Amino acid sequence: MAQIVLDRLVATFTGGEIEQIGTQHGNEWARVRRDAWRAVGAFLRDDPTCDMKMPTDLTAVDRLNRDPRFDVVLHLYSVTKKHRVRLYAGVPEDDCNIDSLMPVWPGLDWFEREAYDLYGVRFKGHPDLRRILMYPEFVGHPLRKDYPKEKRQPLIRRSGLPGSPE
Amino acid sequence: MASTLTPTPPKAPAAPAVRRMVLGVQEPEDMDLPTDPIPLNMGPSHPAMHGTVRMVVDVEGEKITNADIQIGYLHRCFEKESEYATYTQIFPYTDRLNYVSPMLNNVGYALAVEKLMGIADKLPERVSYIRVIVGEVSRITDHMTCLGAGAMELGAFTVFLYLLKAREWLYELLEEISGARLTHSYVRIGGVSGDLPDGWGAKLLDVIKRTREVIVECGRLLNRNRIFRDRMDGIGIITKEDAIAWGVTGPVGRSTGLDYDVRKDHPYLVYDRFDFDVPIGSVGDNFDRYMCRLEEIEQSMRIVEQALAKIPAGPTMIDDPRVRLPSKTETYNSIEAMIAHFKVIMDGIHVPPGEVYSFTEGGNGELGFYIVSDGTGRPWKCRVRPPCFANVSVLPKVLPGLFIADIVPTFGMINMIGGECDR
Repeated sequence: MAQIVLDRLVATFTGGEIEQIGTQHGNEWARVRRDAWRAVGAFLRDDPTCDMKMPTDLTAVDRLNRDPRFDVVLHLYSVTKKHRVRLYAGVPEDDCNIDSLMPVWPGLDWFEREAYDLYGVRFKGHPDLRRILMYPEFVGHPLRKDYPKEKRQPLIRRSGLPGSPE
Repeated sequence: MASTLTPTPPKAPAAPAVRRMVLGVQEPEDMDLPTDPIPLNMGPSHPAMHGTVRMVVDVEGEKITNADIQIGYLHRCFEKESEYATYTQIFPYTDRLNYVSPMLNNVGYALAVEKLMGIADKLPERVSYIRVIVGEVSRITDHMTCLGAGAMELGAFTVFLYLLKAREWLYELLEEISGARLTHSYVRIGGVSGDLPDGWGAKLLDVIKRTREVIVECGRLLNRNRIFRDRMDGIGIITKEDAIAWGVTGPVGRSTGLDYDVRKDHPYLVYDRFDFDVPIGSVGDNFDRYMCRLEEIEQSMRIVEQALAKIPAGPTMIDDPRVRLPSKTETYNSIEAMIAHFKVIMDGIHVPPGEVYSFTEGGNGELGFYIVSDGTGRPWKCRVRPPCFANVSVLPKVLPGLFIADIVPTFGMINMIGGECDR
C-alpha cells in the first residue's frame, strides 16, 4: 500500500541513506542510516506524494547481540493519502544517541522521552529530555534486555535532582 | 511608584477571548493588575484528576502560563512483563490498559498476533462478529464513563449516576459472557473463549433500548445547560494541524475536524459491512469532544444492532492446531492431544519470527500494537501505542492561556486513562 513511499525514498536518497527496504504483514519499512534520520523525516513530511504529517509511534527495540544494538522505530501515517510506513535507525550501545525529530514533528516529544527513559537512547536536540514513566532517581533503563525483570530499586533521594535535599 | 503599576503590555491568549464572548463580559486586558507567576501543583492525587497524574502549572493570577504534565504514576511495566509472558498470558495485561474498555484492547492485541501468524483473514465469521459486538459495547462503556465523570466534575452528579447505571447494565452482559465485570480476558488468539449464551443477543438489544433512553436524557440535561456550556464552549481548543502533528486520534482528534477513524479508513474484522457514521467536530473545543463522544455512543449502538441481526452461526475458534486447545475429551483420552494441550499452555503459541504494527480503533483513538517475534512462544517486544499518551501530550500546548478552572473540563474531555497512558 505504501510502496510508493519507499520508491520515493529510494529515488530521492541515493547516497546510501536508505540502507534497506522491505514489506512484511502489510507494513512497509525502511532502514535509515542514523545521520540521515532527520533529513528523511523532514522529506517524508514535506513531500506531497508521501505527506506523512502524523507521527503515530516512536519506540526502540533492543536487539541484544546485534551490532548496532538498538533500533529506533518510528511509525508514520498520512491522513490524506491513508498510507503508513515504518522507519528504523540502528543505534550502537557505546554511542547511544540519534537526532531528535522534534523539529519535524513536535508531537514526538513524549515518545522520545519515553524511548530515552526505557532504553537509554539519547535524542540530540530534544529540549527537555527527562524521564517520563520512571521517577528521576531511577538508575538504568528498564526495557533493556540486560535489566533483570525482578530487580527492585528502593526510592532513594539523591542530590542534584528536583525535590531532593542538598 | 507609578512605574510598578504600569500595566503589562496586553498579550493575546486565544482561548479566553472566546470564553469572554460566551459570558458576554468584555474585560479589557489593560485593567489586569500586574502579578508574578507562581507554580501551582495539581495532583498526583487530586479529586479532579482522572487517574493519578501530576500537573505543575505556572499561573499568573488565575491564568495558566505554562503547564508540565507528569505521568508515570501508574506504570506497571506492561512491556517488560509481556516479554516474559506467553502470547496468551498477555491478555490479562491488556485488560488493564484501558480499563474502561478492556474488550477493545483484547481485540486489538489478538489481531496483532493473528496478523503475525498469518491467520487474521482466516478467522471464522462468527468470531469477527462477536468481537465487533463486544468491542462496540466496550466503546459505549468507555464513552459513558468519560462523559459521566466529566459532567460530575462540573457539578452534574445526576448525569454521572444515570450513565453509570446504564454502564452497569452493559457490564453485567459482558460479565455473563466472560465471567468478569471489568477484566474480561474474553478474546483468545484465533477466536474467543466461549460462545455467546442463549438469549444474550435479545438481552443486549433490550439494554441498548434502555441505554438509548438514558443517553437522550443525559443529552437533554447537558446539551443546552448554561452552566455546562459556559465551561465547555471554546475552552481547550485543539486545532486540526496540532492534532495531526501530535498524533491525536479518536474522539479528541475527530472533534478538531480530523476525519480519521480506523474502522472507516482501514476496516478490520467485519466493520466494512455495517452502516455507521463518524461524527466530526469543527472547533476542537471541549464541547465538540463531548458531542463527538455522545454521538459515537449512538453509532456504536447502531453497529451492535446490525451485527446482532447478521451474526452467523459457526465455530468460535479457528481450527488451527497451532493456536487452539484440543477439546477436553481428546485431552483426557489421548496422549497426543494431552501433549499438544501442554505445549500450547506451557511453551505458548509459537509465532513465526517477524514484526507487525497492527492498529485498531480503541476507546480513545488509534490503539496500536507493535510486536517483534523471535519465533518462540513469548514476544521479543510487545509495544502498545496508547492513544491517550499522544492525546495527553498535546495538553502542555493547549492549557496555557486558560484558567485554572478550565483544567478540569479540558482534562476530563481528553479522557486520560492512567492504565493506558502509563502502561
